[in-house]
Amino acid sequence: MASGVAAWLPFARAAAIGWMPVANCPMPIAPRDNSKRQDELIILNVSGRRFQTWRTTLDRYPDTLLGSSEKDFFYNEESKEYFFDRDPDAFRSILNFYRTGKLHYPRHECISAYDEELTFFGIIPEIIGDCCYEEYKDRKRENLERLQDDQEENKDQKLPNMNFRETMWRAFENPHTSTMALVFYYVTGFFIAISVITNVVETVPCGSTANQKDMPCGERYTVAFFCMDTACVMIFTVEYLLRLFAAPSRYRFMRSVMSIIDVVAILPYYIGLVMTNNEDVSGAFVTLRVFRVFRIFKFSRHSQGLRILGYTLKSCASELGFLLFSLTMAIIIFATVMFYAEKGSSSSKFTSIPASFWYTIVTMTTLGYGDMVPKTIAGKIFGSICSLSGVLVIALPVPVIVSNFSRIYHQNQRADKRRAQKKARLARIRISKSSSANAFIQSKRNGLLNELLELTDEQKLAKSISLLESQHHHLLQCLEKTTAHEFVDEQVYEQNCLERALQTYASRSPSISSHDSSEGTCCGRRGKRNTPLPNASLPSSHQGPLQELSAIHIQCGDPPSRTASRSNLNLKTDNSGRINCKGGRITTAIISLPTPPALTPDGDGLHGPPQRSIQTTASSACTNIVKVSAL
Amino acid sequence: MDAKRVETISARVDAAVSSPDSVEDELELSAVRHRPEGLEQLEAQTRFSRKELQILYRGFKNECPSGVVNEETFKDIYSQFFPQGDASTYAHFLFNAFDTDHNGSVSFEDFVMGLSILLRGTIQEKLNWAFNLYDINKDGYITKEEMLDIMKAIYDMMGKCTYPVLKEETPRQHVEVFFQKMDKNKDGVVTIDEFIDCCQNDENIMRSMHLFENVL
Repeated sequence: MASGVAAWLPFARAAAIGWMPVANCPMPIAPRDNSKRQDELIILNVSGRRFQTWRTTLDRYPDTLLGSSEKDFFYNEESKEYFFDRDPDAFRSILNFYRTGKLHYPRHECISAYDEELTFFGIIPEIIGDCCYEEYKDRKRENLERLQDDQEENKDQKLPNMNFRETMWRAFENPHTSTMALVFYYVTGFFIAISVITNVVETVPCGSTANQKDMPCGERYTVAFFCMDTACVMIFTVEYLLRLFAAPSRYRFMRSVMSIIDVVAILPYYIGLVMTNNEDVSGAFVTLRVFRVFRIFKFSRHSQGLRILGYTLKSCASELGFLLFSLTMAIIIFATVMFYAEKGSSSSKFTSIPASFWYTIVTMTTLGYGDMVPKTIAGKIFGSICSLSGVLVIALPVPVIVSNFSRIYHQNQRADKRRAQKKARLARIRISKSSSANAFIQSKRNGLLNELLELTDEQKLAKSISLLESQHHHLLQCLEKTTAHEFVDEQVYEQNCLERALQTYASRSPSISSHDSSEGTCCGRRGKRNTPLPNASLPSSHQGPLQELSAIHIQCGDPPSRTASRSNLNLKTDNSGRINCKGGRITTAIISLPTPPALTPDGDGLHGPPQRSIQTTASSACTNIVKVSAL
Repeated sequence: MDAKRVETISARVDAAVSSPDSVEDELELSAVRHRPEGLEQLEAQTRFSRKELQILYRGFKNECPSGVVNEETFKDIYSQFFPQGDASTYAHFLFNAFDTDHNGSVSFEDFVMGLSILLRGTIQEKLNWAFNLYDINKDGYITKEEMLDIMKAIYDMMGKCTYPVLKEETPRQHVEVFFQKMDKNKDGVVTIDEFIDCCQNDENIMRSMHLFENVL
């Protein structure tokens, strides 16, 4: 039950008088407020600062520390107050939660301190109100990232029992871990530089020999350059193969960008080796050599800055794309205009629209090479318009776009995060709230079980239910009595539906048929708690952190003396004497295990804790046994 | 008999048309800060002690800081006690029963008067209150349609997952049983006298009327 409206429970109960004339059978007895406590002031002494509040205020949230009997552990007999050795500032917001029903996150608080306080007092952070929730989540995320960064620094520690492969991979990824790794790191870096320089110098004209004009060094010292190239490619190939061997997931490694760059860098060499000196293909082969420049990207393993740049570009791809698109539009427009303007003039360089593209681009970016110049007046006019608009089109949006990058990027991230958080958050709140919906059914089962166990002197399973809850349950029981129907949880309901669909013989289960005509005799039996669950798990998503029952093995029989408790739900023998069981014995089949509260968010049921079942069947001639399978 | 039925039906239609259900009302109510009469006056008018009134008011004011409850808030609060079903229809009827001056809001006085009857009143008063609740159009007669509405509202609170499964005609059957018991002269409506008479002769009802006396 939503504890925020606990104050209205007396009203709801009083209003239940409206059902009385309509009901056809007597109501269950109301739970007694035995303590008969007047509403008293409680003093909470938190590290010296005294807070006072009504007891009923704290009782609103019975599954927190202050609302349950857990606070009795902190009771100080001499001073008649509850003493907590915690932060009084943080306690303010916690106490306000009880008073107003809304939990706020004070911005000046440290996030981890606040979290600890919440955990101590048993309050889940998801209840934080909308006004403060985003701030809370942001701070928490920052904290988490900082922790992760710290952890990453510790990752370099050598774990014991790392096999050779893992050591190698670690050496590749973090060169600082060992001397060998450092040596390897520098060697590869050196050879990348050598390779790049070689490629560059290859094309420089070297000096003329006796009978030939200038030729590039590459052709003059072919052998030397070839040897250099071979050496570099050897190193790179060995490096690539080693990385491939050491990678934890080879498939993923091969798909990564860096490995593709590696492959592209060394492939031209091998293709060149394979290819013969065929005149036709050598032309194409020459083009392949351009890919050798990709070796420079291998530096990004050595430079953090390059990696960040690449990541930034990748993430701002959509903005850049839009910039490109708008530029293209402008270029096409102006190129078309210039072409048609210059069409008339003779010996015009503007031979076609694509040819005018070059002019437009050069003009708009204010480069102005001067290789293409308009000659007609109209062309000059449009040319000047083009250059003016070029300034606008490029110089203005670029800073805006750059700043937009960061703003829109971060904003998008936050919106997506908020949406993702919202779903998870709502799900968690729904789970913790749905516990109340089934708390009643739980307590019915618990009450039933309690009685049964009392008979067999077993250990009492009952969790003490607060007075508030017992009153609320009594209210729900009155409603059940008025309408002559009972609350069940969803699984049972679906089972029942299935059963009704399958049922062909009315006589097979007198329970169901008896209830069909139960209008007159509404207090049909509860002896059959029809919960056949062949596939185990009771859905724990429906049930809150109360105990779970796995199976109840009940026989109807003479009812035990009707106790004046809230759990007199069972075994009212019908006046019409439909039950003819003799010698009923009631046995329980299961000892249930308590689940930890609020820590099983999307708990998928009780597949985890194995249940021990003590099944004792008692024979009886009664046909109304309901056997429930144990998990 | 038919004419009477037509009358009641048309009266109900009129009531439905004129029911205040607009945004302006809400705005008005939210701007209003209602202060209740003094403690002594309330003490005199109701059967609660001073302390009980204090407790009641604190709870009331906590949920409704403005001092009045409008129907939406009322429905929200009441629905939280019945998480499995839909309590809004019944809450609507309850609201009308509490809102004795029919101004669309329940102030603390209305609230406390109603509670005083329910918790501390005589059997006669309680039965009177229940009759008033069932008599939706407040014309002094409970017709089968009114009773059916109330019954459906009560069954709605149970929700879907019940045992045995709720069927379509269950409320109707329940209404039939009710009328069989209550409608002595079989004229199709239940008057206040028939109602009170019948309830007083029914042991179960008498006993359950005393059930909630120790609520506060």
